[in-house]
Amino acid sequence: MRLIEKINCIEKLNSDTFLMRIESENISSEASAGQFVNIKCGEGSEAFLRRPISICSIDRENKTFDIVFNVRGKGTKLLSRYDSGDEIDVMGPLGRGFTIDPSHKSIAVVGGGIGIFPLLQVLKDHPAPNKTAILGFRTRDLVVLEDSFNQYSTELLIATDDGSYGHKGFVTDLLSKKVEAQNFDMVYFCGPSVMMKLGVEVLKKHNIPSEVSVEQRMGCGIGACLVCACKTRKGSDWDYSHVCKDGPVFKAEDIIFD
Amino acid sequence: MSRKINMAVSFAGINLKNPVIAASGTFGFGREYSQYFDIGRLGGIAVKGLTLLPRKGNPPPRIAETPSGILNSVGLQNPGVHAFIKDEIPFIRKYNTAIIANASGNTVEDYEKITEILSDSDIDAIELNLSCPNVKEGCMSFGSTPQGVKKVVERVKKVAKKPLIVKLTPNVTDIVEIALAAQDAGADAVSLINTLLGMAIDAKTRRPILANITGGLSGPAVKPVALRMVYQVSKAVKIPVIGMGGISNGQDAVEFLLAGATAVMVGTAGFVNPYAWVETIDGIEAYMLENGVDDVNELIGGLITD
Repeated sequence: MRLIEKINCIEKLNSDTFLMRIESENISSEASAGQFVNIKCGEGSEAFLRRPISICSIDRENKTFDIVFNVRGKGTKLLSRYDSGDEIDVMGPLGRGFTIDPSHKSIAVVGGGIGIFPLLQVLKDHPAPNKTAILGFRTRDLVVLEDSFNQYSTELLIATDDGSYGHKGFVTDLLSKKVEAQNFDMVYFCGPSVMMKLGVEVLKKHNIPSEVSVEQRMGCGIGACLVCACKTRKGSDWDYSHVCKDGPVFKAEDIIFD
Repeated sequence: MSRKINMAVSFAGINLKNPVIAASGTFGFGREYSQYFDIGRLGGIAVKGLTLLPRKGNPPPRIAETPSGILNSVGLQNPGVHAFIKDEIPFIRKYNTAIIANASGNTVEDYEKITEILSDSDIDAIELNLSCPNVKEGCMSFGSTPQGVKKVVERVKKVAKKPLIVKLTPNVTDIVEIALAAQDAGADAVSLINTLLGMAIDAKTRRPILANITGGLSGPAVKPVALRMVYQVSKAVKIPVIGMGGISNGQDAVEFLLAGATAVMVGTAGFVNPYAWVETIDGIEAYMLENGVDDVNELIGGLITD
């Protein structure tokens, strides 16, 4: 669906990270964790394509949803300039989100950088009694949404590349240590592809299933233009699937990391 | 008083209820956009480029945003002509719109064979893709010389039992001689322009953005070039011309009709606005009502140059 919705508020989380809350009865009622919206950031040909951005949090009662984005280029710069009350052109919810199996008792979300955002709603929606969140950032100043992740998980572990906050090193170090002591029914990944690849390898040794949210440059966002290809297993062969329609979330065993 | 206007166009034995066709490669087989609007409102759908066998296409990234447009290098990913006939034609046929099968090949024999297969299927026309810039063999290598075009089109025309549209590349010195070669070889119509070969570089990483290094440029950025080529070709050939390149709304479409196009194709605009196709149809109607034009055919080639 393409909708013109109203921005409830926009909040600066750190020097280049913004949280935008959008009022949308349709998207808040239909969306699930891991899906995304495709946003027209500027007028006309300014930042020509829409920008696909993961849904971070859904408030079904108040009919709003949140996106969190880093200012990286033209599109996100324009997006950061919106104000409360402004109208915004949104397509969504799009794609396939994370699978939430209510029979699971123990789950973990593992995210790095901007990849942490879609994982918050997994924690919010999952009924499992044990929910671990392992989040990685480059440095302390970039740590965001710590309180929210704390609120919806039973254990929160943070790693920074430079050791300025939490564990010094990568989320995969923390995950390796964690799975030695605890079993998970499912692990959800979102972040840099090397992080996900390493993480999936760690879990494979323990036979723990996982899902990964994949990123790729998109065109239409709905599966028509076929540009956002990613390599997936098809029997003994492989084929290109499309992140916008077949994903962004895939079973880890289906993805071929390059 | 409401006036009745005619939007229907006919050419080369193809009847369209309006001159707006979804451009090949931007619309899949219609399934995705059918969730956004009634695709039966379209004059026609030029489906995703087909080949004899399924093709995986090029590695990603396959798209780069550029000023007022995009570069793509999909590389003809498609399920193959047989899967199209079996799985996709029955779906599109549920809607009242013309089916134009866009066909590609590596060799003249491939083009012949796919044309034979498509001729026996339930489609309304074949659009011969002699212009894809993103594959190594066939396609643009045939389409960039009059001899190449003549060779393929002559052979294909002998086996084609459906109207044959030849899609031309703008990546040539003189598109008019290419269009004339297509006409002389028996093409029933030509469509232009396919994408303009281009590239995008990320200065920070010093790498090309597209994995394929080069790609095809489309979107509003190419419109003036497309308009000029449609104008030049329309003046030179006797067969109908289908115009495309950066059309985003009714006014853009009217410009192409005035330049000599009998029908238009809309593609890239839909990535930004999923209703671009229907808004283009509505926009042409609105233009006609405002300007006292009763029949869309009056606009075709109606450019005033004195």
